[in-house]
This record gives sequence, C-alpha cells and structure tokens, in this order.
Amino acid sequence: MKTNPTNILLWLIVSLLGASAVGGIALHRGESINALWFITAALCIYAIAYRFYAAWIAATVLSIDPSRATPAERLSNGRDYVPTHRWIVFGHHFAAIAGPGPLVGPTLAAQFGYLPGTLWILFGAVLGGCVQDMTTLFFSTRRNGKSLGQMARDELGAIGGSAALIATFLIMTILIAVLGLVVVNAMKNSPWATSTVAATIPIAMLVGLYMYKLRPGRVLEGSALGVVLLLMAVAGGGWLDGQAGLRVWFDHPGLSLAFAVIVYGFAAAILPVWLLLAPRDYLSTFVKLGTVVLLALAIVWLRPDIKMPALTQFVDGSGPIFGGKLFPFVFITIACGAISGFHALIASGTTPKLLSNERDIRMIGYGGMLMESLVAMMAMIAATVLDPGVYFAINSPAGVVGKTATEAVATISAWGFPVTVEQMNLLAQQMGEATLFARTGGAPSLAVGMASIFGSTFGQGMLAMWYHFAIMFEAIFILTTLDAGTRVGRFMLQDMLGNLWPAMGRTSWYPSVLLSSGLVVAAWGYFLYIGVIDPNGGVNILWPLFGISNQILAAIALCVATGILVKSGKLKYAWITVLPLIWLVIITSTASWQKLASSDPRIGFIAAANSLSDKLAAGALPPDKAAVAPQLIFNQQLDAVLVLFFVVLLWLIVGDMLRVCARHLRGKPVPPLAETAYHPSELEQAWVRD
Amino acid sequence: MGARLKLIDVCQSFWQAVRQLSGDDGYERYLAHHAAAHPDTSPLSRSAWFAHRQQQKWSGVNRCC
Repeated sequence: MKTNPTNILLWLIVSLLGASAVGGIALHRGESINALWFITAALCIYAIAYRFYAAWIAATVLSIDPSRATPAERLSNGRDYVPTHRWIVFGHHFAAIAGPGPLVGPTLAAQFGYLPGTLWILFGAVLGGCVQDMTTLFFSTRRNGKSLGQMARDELGAIGGSAALIATFLIMTILIAVLGLVVVNAMKNSPWATSTVAATIPIAMLVGLYMYKLRPGRVLEGSALGVVLLLMAVAGGGWLDGQAGLRVWFDHPGLSLAFAVIVYGFAAAILPVWLLLAPRDYLSTFVKLGTVVLLALAIVWLRPDIKMPALTQFVDGSGPIFGGKLFPFVFITIACGAISGFHALIASGTTPKLLSNERDIRMIGYGGMLMESLVAMMAMIAATVLDPGVYFAINSPAGVVGKTATEAVATISAWGFPVTVEQMNLLAQQMGEATLFARTGGAPSLAVGMASIFGSTFGQGMLAMWYHFAIMFEAIFILTTLDAGTRVGRFMLQDMLGNLWPAMGRTSWYPSVLLSSGLVVAAWGYFLYIGVIDPNGGVNILWPLFGISNQILAAIALCVATGILVKSGKLKYAWITVLPLIWLVIITSTASWQKLASSDPRIGFIAAANSLSDKLAAGALPPDKAAVAPQLIFNQQLDAVLVLFFVVLLWLIVGDMLRVCARHLRGKPVPPLAETAYHPSELEQAWVRD
Repeated sequence: MGARLKLIDVCQSFWQAVRQLSGDDGYERYLAHHAAAHPDTSPLSRSAWFAHRQQQKWSGVNRCC
C-alpha cells in the first residue's frame, strides 16, 4: 500500500465525503433530500470498501497468488475454459448476475421509507454480498471452476451438497413465479404493454434466425437489428393502443395473461435455445446495460428530489405491499442488490473458467457485486422520487386499499400520503395507460419513476413512450430469467429423475424433455396462478418466500466459504464470512418463524389459512372470493410447509459446517481440502493484455 | 495528426472490446485457438461452431435474478 501524503489526503476526503453523505441521508428529516446524496454515499462507500476491505481480503485472507495458473490457463480449450481479459470477464459476470431482482426488491422495500433499504443496500453489499461473491469465486477458481453444490459436497459432505441442490431448485421455482407475476401485473388490461411484450417474442426469434441461419455467429449485427425492432415495438404498441379494433386483442385480465405466460414458458423450454432463449438474452443484455447507464446519467443530470420520507409508519408491519415489520423483512425483501445467494451459482461454475489471473478476482467478484448494488440504489431512487401517495396507489393491491379509485385514494390519503383520483388519472393518461392503480410488483412504479426521470431529462413529450420502454425493458429480461430458469430447473430435475430411471437422465431424449419441462413449468405455474387470483396481490406471499430462499442459498455459500477458511487454517479471518452468515441466519430464521407463527394473517401463513377458512365457514366472503378461498387456504398451508422446509435446510447445513469445523479444530479427520495443486502461470510473460 | 491517430486507436480498441464482450469475434478466437492447439484437425464451420457454443452456454446456470 502506498502511503504517500497525496494518497492519504485523497482517501481522507473520500471518507469524509462518504461519511457526511451517509449521515445526511440518515439524519435528514424534512421536505425532501436530493438523490445525488444517495449516489455520493454509494460511490464513496464502494470506493473505500473496494480499496481497503476487498484488497485486504484478497491479500491477507485469501492470499491471492498472481503467479498461480488459473483453470482457464491450465485447462484452456477454447470453449468454456478460456483465459479472458478482466474487463471482458467483468462484463460477462455483471450481465449474468444483474437481473430484475435488484430493480424489484428496493422498489417494494420503499414502503418502509427510503432509509432502511438504502442502508441495507450499501452495507449489506460491502460486508455481505460482495464478500460472498468474491470468496465463492476464489474458492471455485482454486477448484477448477466447480459449482457451489459440488464444493459443498466435497468440503462439507453429502448433506451440504444435497441441501445446496434442493435449495437451488426451489428458489428457482419461486423466483420464476414471482417474476412472472411482476410481468403479469405490468401487462394486465394494458394493450400497449401486452402487445409490446408479446412482440419481443417474434423479434427474438427473428434475431435467432438471423444469428443462426442467415449470418451465423454475427452477434452484434443480429443484436443491433433486434434492438431497433424492439424500439419499434414500443412505438408500435402505442399506435396499436389507439386502434379500437386491434387493442381488444391485447386487453386481458391478469388470469388470462398468467396462463399465456405459463404456456409461453413451456414452449420456450422445449424450443431449441438458438431460436428464442439465446437471441433474447443478447437483446436483454444490451437493453439492460444501455438502460442502466442511461438511468445513471439521467439521475446525475437531473438530480431529482426524493419525496418519500426516511421512514414511514409501515415499519410497524402494517405495510400495504407486503406485511411484516422492518426487522427482518427489509433484509428479506432486498436480497439482490445487498446479498444474493444466486450469485454464488454464477461465481462458481461459469466465471472462474474465464479468469486469466487470480488477481482479477477482487475486481470481478467484489466489484461486480458493487455494480449490482449501485443498480439497486438507482431503483430505490426511481421509486422514491415519486410522490409517496402515487407510489402507494400504484403498488397497493385492491384487497388492501379498496377496489375503486375513490376508495383507494381515500385509504392512502388517510395514511398521510395525499393523492387524488384526478392526479392518478392524469398520470395514467400521461403514461398511456387506462389505470395505474393496484399494479403491484414494482415494475410499473419503477417504470413511472424512470419515465419521469427520463422525461424530465430528455423532454416531457414522450412520457408514455418512456413508460412502455421501461416496461419492455423489465419484461424482456424477466422473460429471459424465466426461460433460462425453467431450462436449468429441467436439467436439475432430469439429473435427479435419472437416478431413478436412467433414460430420464438423458438431457436430449424428447419424452424426458417434455415431461421434466412440464413438471418445472407446472411447479412455478402453480405459484403464479395462485399469486394472480390472490386478492392481496400474491407479491405479499411470493416475494418474501423468494427473499428467504435466496438468503438461505447465500447462507449455504457462506457456510461453504467458512468451512474452507477454517480448514485452510484461517480461523482468525473466518469472521469475514461468519459475520454475514450469522446475520443471514438471524434474519431468515426470524422471518421464517414469523411467516409460520405470526397471528397476523397478513404475515403468518397458518394464521392466514385459519382466518380465511373461518370466514368461509361463517359465510362472510362474497361469492367471488368464496370460490377461490379453498385454493388460497391450501396454498397458505403449502407455503407454511415450504418455509419450514427452507429453515430446516438452513440449520442442517449450518450444523454440518459447524461439525466439520469443530472436528478439524480438534484434529479429527474431515473431508480434505479439494484445492488443485499449484502450477506456475506462464501466461503473465507471454500474455499481452489486450 | 498524432492525436487523430490516437483517437482512431481508442475507437478501435473500444470496438474490439465490444466485439469480444458480445462474443461477436468468438469464431475468430476459436479459429486462432484451434490453429494453435490442434493444427492437425480441421476446425468446425462457422455455423456448427455457433450451434455448439449456444448449446454449451445454455446448459448451466448463467442467468441470475
């Protein structure tokens, strides 16, 4: 570390600036606070954490060795093991980890006010999420790019390995269902949004044909064509919305759209990847990167004021979007952006096979997660620049605030967030929608937030266009996650079924493809269906379930990392993973306990099932609610079982890790470290850093 | 003149990074690798290579939430 005076002065200034920005955000009470403070706080904290904490972890805890050949160098095969320049790996890694999660979570968590979510995004990332991603990336790199499940099996034992596998499968199911719900809520009764999202499917196919048949491998040409077509689809949707004869074709309630998404998911899973999944992934990556950069520029240029208070009264657990107190639910709601277990699956497996040198691990593992945290911060800004009344009107489900616009604005205004029917109507009209009420899920309010930021920066005339662009932007990579997740789920299921019936394990045997894809789609389709018919919006149930399962996956990754650190004789440094692990165990166990045992039917699954069946028995439900009540009751019970299962899984693996560590410390035999032997790197001399 | 050449250089390396990041130059990289590692066998055609790449890319977890 260079300790010349200029350097010290520079970091002193960064620290002071960061501290005053965080202090300003935390202590500010009053009319409004400027969004630039959030960006300043984030950038200063990220810089300090990266320069000092991450560097210390890399040098002292992990003992990163630049002279050691990486798997990409030793096993280079031009296909999956390819030594690649670090900025390219960074791009691939970031594109893979940053999905819709960091956009949706902070938007929902904004119901507590801007402060809790913001602090968790900042400190959760630098102390938890980044450490998880970086250590997992490092340990996988030292093991030829093994997956998290394999590492858990090798380093801890069979229990850890199976727990990781099952957790991955379940989290995938819940994730796809909740993301499907977000898209459905954005499209329901909106011909513009529906037709634009629908158009992305043939566009992706066209691009697929172009890249695969017409001009094989010309990825950039195909993507450029696709992006132009997508922009035309956004504009075309607006035109279509004005045609009375055409718009009825795309004007559907939530349930029909949910079935459409389910049918689509099945079709996408069995179609060849080159036709739909691969081209759409190219498009979604370009659109995602472009929009994130545009949003960052617009926020810096416009410097909007945050209108949401620092804390709202909903910290007491009565929030309209999801029930539950600030602790632990803000930490469950914002998973991606602070700490996300799913990243451990990317950081083990794909990315380590591209690293040309171990010294890039800090930048890719730690730095990649910092970028995702910044995306979450921007989502928080986009949600909180809206008038709080508007934010709650868009995000509160009809079951909570009332079915009609008058009821909804009365309820929300009574909470102290004034909003009027005229205001909502004008906003809906500006955005080119019939209504914006009860569009729970985060995508529409984020789109309104983005549209107003973009609109103020690039001209007000195009608000409706920006809104639908933002909807298309979210839908396109939600659908990519949906396809990719279904496919991965299919492979995992085929792998498991293959143990019982070998033919099922053949990934390209068509009956097996159909059956396993059908099962995976049925699993998430079920949760999506229930989410749509639930008058409380479904997000209230599904998002916490997703958060809990994602945090449990993170806990598994941290268990594996802790086990390896202890076994490598680094007990005194193991706190870097143990502290976030303890925190995750506390929040997931508390959240699971409340989801099981709370007597508030908006929080506890069992309480909800009981309250609903009491009402049903007493005949207190209107006929439309009574018709779906038995399904909702069953679902609440199923969710209770699922949460119990998650938390048992978590404690099993924590117990397994503690057992292995205790045995190691007492000198008893444990599974040996699976680290590959040292080979000197020859790349460094010959390697021209291009 | 020098500054102008420099600008062209910057643009070129930017374009190369974009191509590499998107995988647009993947086939050329494959050919280079193939020529170096297996000079005795003939490489895959462009479309066969692309089909193989796609299949391989999408058989594991590579997109997150």
